[in-house]
Amino acid sequence: MQQNKNRSLSPVRGLRSSFLISSLTSITALTILSAFFMLNTYAEEDNSKSSPVYEALLDNGMKVLVKQDKRAPVAVIQVWYKIGTSYEHEGITGLSHALEHMMFKGTKKHKSGEFEKLVSAIGARNNAFTSQDYTAYYEVLAADKLEAAMEIEADRMRNLVFDPEEFKKEIEVVKEERRWRTDDKPSSLLREQFNAVAFLNSPYRAPVIGWMVDLEGMKVEDAYDWYKKWYTPNNATLVVVGDVDPEKVIAMAKKYFGIYKSNPLPEVKLRTEVEQKGVRNIVLKLPAKLANLRMGFKTPGMISAKKGEVEKWEPYALEVLANILDGGDSARFAKHLVRGKAIAAGAGAGYYGYGRMPNMMVVTGTPAKDVEMSVLKKALLDEIEILKTELVSDSELKRVKAQVIAGEVYERDSIQHMATLIGSLESVGLGHQYMDEYVPGVLAVTAQQIQDVAKKYLVEEHLTVAELIPLPLNEKEDKKGAK
Amino acid sequence: MKSLIRSAFIALIIAFNQLASAAPKIEHWVTDSGLRVYYVNVPELPILDARLTFAAGSAYDGDKAGLSGMVTGMLDKGAAGLNADQIAEAFESTGANFSTGAARDMAWINLRTLTLKEQMQSALEIWQKVIEKPAFPEADFERLKKQALVGLQAEKQNPSSIADKVFYKNLYGDHPYASPQNGTEKSIAALSTKDLKAFFKQYYVNKNGQLALVGAIDRQQAEEIANKISKALLSDNKGEGKKAAPIPEVKPLTEAKTIRIPFPSTQAHVMIGQPGDKRGDKDYFALYLGNHGLGGSGFTSRLMKEIRVKRGLSYSVYSYFIPMQENGPFMLGLQTKLSQTDEAIKVAREVLEKFQKEGPSEEDLKASKLNIVGGFPLRTASNKDIIGYIAMIGFYGLPLDYMDTFTDKVEKVSRDQVVDAFKRRVHVDKMLTVIVGGKAVEKEDAQEKQ
Repeated sequence: MQQNKNRSLSPVRGLRSSFLISSLTSITALTILSAFFMLNTYAEEDNSKSSPVYEALLDNGMKVLVKQDKRAPVAVIQVWYKIGTSYEHEGITGLSHALEHMMFKGTKKHKSGEFEKLVSAIGARNNAFTSQDYTAYYEVLAADKLEAAMEIEADRMRNLVFDPEEFKKEIEVVKEERRWRTDDKPSSLLREQFNAVAFLNSPYRAPVIGWMVDLEGMKVEDAYDWYKKWYTPNNATLVVVGDVDPEKVIAMAKKYFGIYKSNPLPEVKLRTEVEQKGVRNIVLKLPAKLANLRMGFKTPGMISAKKGEVEKWEPYALEVLANILDGGDSARFAKHLVRGKAIAAGAGAGYYGYGRMPNMMVVTGTPAKDVEMSVLKKALLDEIEILKTELVSDSELKRVKAQVIAGEVYERDSIQHMATLIGSLESVGLGHQYMDEYVPGVLAVTAQQIQDVAKKYLVEEHLTVAELIPLPLNEKEDKKGAK
Repeated sequence: MKSLIRSAFIALIIAFNQLASAAPKIEHWVTDSGLRVYYVNVPELPILDARLTFAAGSAYDGDKAGLSGMVTGMLDKGAAGLNADQIAEAFESTGANFSTGAARDMAWINLRTLTLKEQMQSALEIWQKVIEKPAFPEADFERLKKQALVGLQAEKQNPSSIADKVFYKNLYGDHPYASPQNGTEKSIAALSTKDLKAFFKQYYVNKNGQLALVGAIDRQQAEEIANKISKALLSDNKGEGKKAAPIPEVKPLTEAKTIRIPFPSTQAHVMIGQPGDKRGDKDYFALYLGNHGLGGSGFTSRLMKEIRVKRGLSYSVYSYFIPMQENGPFMLGLQTKLSQTDEAIKVAREVLEKFQKEGPSEEDLKASKLNIVGGFPLRTASNKDIIGYIAMIGFYGLPLDYMDTFTDKVEKVSRDQVVDAFKRRVHVDKMLTVIVGGKAVEKEDAQEKQ
């Protein structure tokens, strides 16, 4: 409904579990689906299966991934760069995102402002998003207009013009974005400082939008330098999903992106988080009306399993665990804390397991009316403890698995979602093939494995707790509240 | 095979006519008990989306603000002998998604399920129960009331929510659209399950409802589902029921008004507006097309260019019409750091005033048409998009060929028609301006700012 277009930081929080759980696809999913429910009443033709992902590697190192979906004469094109906050260092936080803003300015070929006109004239919806691990640009359009969008995307990969005057204005826009997104939102501020405390040396400690002081010190040269270093075909993935011919798309990609040379990329240091040796607590006092709690346990990610650092099943067990706690209205948090004891106005759990580096299992909560924060905190931690001492029931496990399977089908309804999934998996190093592993991986999880990962990872030594304590919003209340 | 034929057909249309929208084919009928049904067959994915809507939004709350939302919130808290846990379990164990909601005009009950026989049957059965016999249990209601109060607290710490509330209140005065959707502390505390039951009995009836169905079910299945739901709506001796009384006409604003609300934020949230247009409005296309270039098209819009691109004053700036049963708001919005508030408002007003006087250039109009027409296929690209449209068409009684004729109608709007519509419908000297943010100012100052 709202037509305002935001340069979005959409997956700012990384891929939340609910995103992935309801979004993964697989060419074999329907087969699994039928097998899981032990029936096969849905006997459609071939189109009941999701089409495969076509893959090509251009000579310059750019990867091209194409997936056909002929339901409607539309397509989405996305260009993904493996660059985001987690590649930045202190003092330049937010640079990847600021560069994303600059990408909507002029190129050598198209003056500033022309880009948006061109995109508009082909009826495309376009935008971009930056996360900790990647930056992506996209157009959603009528499939027969694909080539025009590809030309534009290829042009701005290498030919962007950095006008200092434009940067000066755009960085002000970014600062407004920061005020709007974070500074005036108590729960966002809590999340920002929570991450900064939970991670000591991992780059995941920095906010995607950047610290305000870093934005203030940012120069057009910084953005240009970042662009030159990272916006190169061998650091990019082109994803196209829709009513397209994969071979033609690949030929088109060669024509427009194939002209660029591959460039050496800077070395990416490991920056593995040092092991946490005890609980970390912070308190934020802000003008606000609602108390808010955020707790996180350090966990391995899907990437850790891929690298062989943990057992293959562990991340899947963590994923299912998050959904046992918070996978809908019948999950434990809703059933026990929101209804049952009625001590939470809201409570959530999410496994941040889909980045290029390990992250956390995060539990959040807002106390119900007249309930002390300490009561809610204890109840949330008690729910975690129960996972360590009692096996989850068959019916709970079955429910989560049914949701994962259904979610996989539902998400195929959106070509944008499919493209985003393919691009993000590829960009964090899991590879798009991971889509085929996800559903079987979840279905194989046992109650014992959930207990095992709860015992191993959801421990106090690896816990960070951030609490928001509301201060009065206005002076009148202030005076009343003063003691 | 089917999909092959369909895409070949689509390719053919595109070859002959770039404007072809391949809009989904809507089938419409009325059940014996008077429920209007809108159905689109989309066979490709094994999904069914169902949406039951009623004219039962907050515009019907009367003096019980928040009632409509509490009714939708309570539907799955108990029905046909099942409690909230059992209902949630029943939906989710098949992988189905159940949701409800209410806006100003309407309330809705949604279901998304796989069309695998067993899953679909089970999900539809529980959906039907919730629609047929919600129990509105006291204990759940007391808890929900407390949650609603927490929700109101959340609104109070959010400058954008505060602005929105104040905006509607002052835009609509004593009109039902002014009623705060989530109620007030007082109105929520005064609600009882008796109120909810009475509201449900009056408004959740066949004659006041529409059922939209989209997905991999055939016409016969769609009819069976519709008949079951329609029958469920007869329970409790409701009969076919009555259509809700029409919403009164919206009175235009008579003078300019500026309201400043102090708030400890770094930005000011600004909303400027007036009553706009309604669904099926004779000026709908002229206003929609005109606004596209003014503030409805993102970066190519005038507001975005002047406020954000040229001056870096705001991250987001937009204008839009929200057509409703009666005139919904026309509004312009932005957020900017406190010290820039007056400058941003000044620029926004200048852009609006110039546009209202002169309208778009021929070139701008052409660009807007290209964007709207070229992007039209995106609007019905997914099942979710399709059900959104057919539910809207059904609810507001728009013609069934609404989607088929949309681009044609946009194409036919002339620059003169846009200029004329904006002159008649937008009154720049009688706008409501709401500003949330900054320190409290003395009364006289606030007056002066007008």
